[in-house]
Amino acid sequence: MTTRREFLKTGLVGAALLNVAACSRPAENGGRAMVLRAVIPVMLEGALPADGETRHQQLAQTLTGVDRAIAGLSLATQKEIGELFDLLAFPPTRMLAAGIWSPWAQATPEAIGNFLENWRHSRFDLLKSGYAALHDLIFGAWYARSDTWAAIGYPGPPEVK
Amino acid sequence: MRDPFREGLASGWKHVDASQLTEAQTLEADVVIVGSGAGGGVTAEILTAAGLDVVIVEEGPLRTSSDFNMREAEAYPELYQESAARKTADKAINILQGRCVGGSTTVNWTSSFRTPPTTLNWWQSAHGLKRLGVDAMAPWFAAMEERLHVGLWPVPPNENNAALARGASKLGIPVAVMRRNVKLCWNLGYCGMGCPTNAKQSMLLTTIPAALTKGATLISRLRAERLEFSGRQASALIASALKPDGLHPSGIAVTLRARHFVLAGGAINSPALLLRSQASDPHDLLGKRTFLHPTLISSGLFAQPVRAYAGAPQSVYSDHFLDTVAVDGPLGFKLEVPPLHPVLFSTTLQGWGEAHARLMREFANSQTILALVRDGFHPASLGGRVRLRDDGSPLLDYPLDDTFWEAARRALLTMAEIQFAAGARWVTPVHEATTGYSSWAEARRGLAELPLAPLRCRVVSAHVMGGCAMGDVPERGVVNDEGRHFQIENLSLHDGSVFPTSIGANPQLSIYGLTARNASLLAAALTGKPKPATL
Repeated sequence: MTTRREFLKTGLVGAALLNVAACSRPAENGGRAMVLRAVIPVMLEGALPADGETRHQQLAQTLTGVDRAIAGLSLATQKEIGELFDLLAFPPTRMLAAGIWSPWAQATPEAIGNFLENWRHSRFDLLKSGYAALHDLIFGAWYARSDTWAAIGYPGPPEVK
Repeated sequence: MRDPFREGLASGWKHVDASQLTEAQTLEADVVIVGSGAGGGVTAEILTAAGLDVVIVEEGPLRTSSDFNMREAEAYPELYQESAARKTADKAINILQGRCVGGSTTVNWTSSFRTPPTTLNWWQSAHGLKRLGVDAMAPWFAAMEERLHVGLWPVPPNENNAALARGASKLGIPVAVMRRNVKLCWNLGYCGMGCPTNAKQSMLLTTIPAALTKGATLISRLRAERLEFSGRQASALIASALKPDGLHPSGIAVTLRARHFVLAGGAINSPALLLRSQASDPHDLLGKRTFLHPTLISSGLFAQPVRAYAGAPQSVYSDHFLDTVAVDGPLGFKLEVPPLHPVLFSTTLQGWGEAHARLMREFANSQTILALVRDGFHPASLGGRVRLRDDGSPLLDYPLDDTFWEAARRALLTMAEIQFAAGARWVTPVHEATTGYSSWAEARRGLAELPLAPLRCRVVSAHVMGGCAMGDVPERGVVNDEGRHFQIENLSLHDGSVFPTSIGANPQLSIYGLTARNASLLAAALTGKPKPATL
């Protein structure tokens, strides 16, 4: 049998760091939304409208979409995703593991981009898979919505009667 | 549009949605079947036709053609294991498997291949399965092809498939037209989200309705937790009703008693159920040698629209790189294409920000090839192992080793060469360390150097096989060639878990054919009627 915290224990961060982050459970206290509000616009640069009301609205819809997608994952995976966001939301681990030195709301797009690239190309599988989870959740939530399809030339499903 | 399943329910078929149960139940039947996919469906039809009383247990929901609205956002959470995001333990391989009434047959792309002779011959020589020769199996495949309307796809391929055919032909690589289990198919391209027109001859439309018409009971949203044993017999299946969300147990237990139990939950869930049950496994074989056809992806951009979302998803393939190599030598691969839809494509493509957005803006002009690697034959290709998390849910370890990556590099090279030959102006292997190449010369140089490793190079799977392998003797199999468990007398496995290697082709027809044989033998054993004549 595997331990339930396998996702994080097998990597760089180590059990001690994880336990510190998990004890405060920051992801459950709005931490996940805080991380996502910062990461989504960077992940979706080039797809999300540059500014205005539409951007604001689509950002909120993507956040809701990510929440819905997480709620559909197996309970074991939901727990792992919770640990990922605990790690990113808890300031000491945010700084150490993600290299984001200011709170998420103040982090620059450059800093967030560096974080994504560092995790994506990390030599640690744990961080690579953390990046992949953010990638899949955010793009999945974005392109699930029909209002994103015109920009990629997808007509949507045909009518069947 | 008619919905034959809902019409059947209205006519009195017995279906229980376990999420609606309010108190514990105990049910009895001649046979309890766990799983309603390719193995469970065929078994249910054959056993009910023999006059046996059957209960089918399905963890997923019952969804029928009126529910299939071709939206990824609904189809993946509703119809797939883990919202189509099931992964190996290291997260390096994403696995697509169905979880709904009909199992993967409800959401597969309808590609129908008999078990290749190379594979059956190998099983005879290397795994002692003397009775599963090409000639012995042919009538079973023929019977299921007729039952499920399997035939050569008569319509010209969509451009996604045509590009594979065109590029391969230019390079002298033979391709062939696929056979599909469809009837009056509208050529829409949304097979992966459930067929909205009831053209796909999945278990949802064929064997399950036949079994229900003969009085079988279908229970959906019911999770098989564990078998209980009494000596060499399975005495009961303990199951948990799920809440309507399909994830949380509702707290209602269902106990199922039967003369015989058939497991058909697929090659991850069946071994996991036996592991949770602490079933006898004297030779330490259970859950071992799990195979995936680990699959590489190459995406090409074309000047003209490809519209890979429209039209029969898979209609062309090439077995050239399987048929021209030794089955147990460096790993061969099968070439096919996948349908492209926005969620699956965007989550599969590497990168983020503008680089990702640029590739997505060319979505309609994107053509994608898959290389499915044939695992389980080479002495170093040992596959993976199913184990349990501490909550009892299954987890698959599947190490991607040098034997695999050597094949992966050849596959990525081959796919890029085919795409440039077909007219691609850009080819992107799905890999985090490259954005792609503008010519075959550039791709050849680049791919030779590309570091291939888990979570760098994208690997996916839609075919899970093995873990409860057939063998001639208990020392090398969990079950015999009839799917009968070696240690537990009244237990059979009828799904992809019994394959001792991968198939080397999309496995649905292999499961149908072998299950038709083994369910017929089981029906004879349980009823005392004569065995089928073709054996």
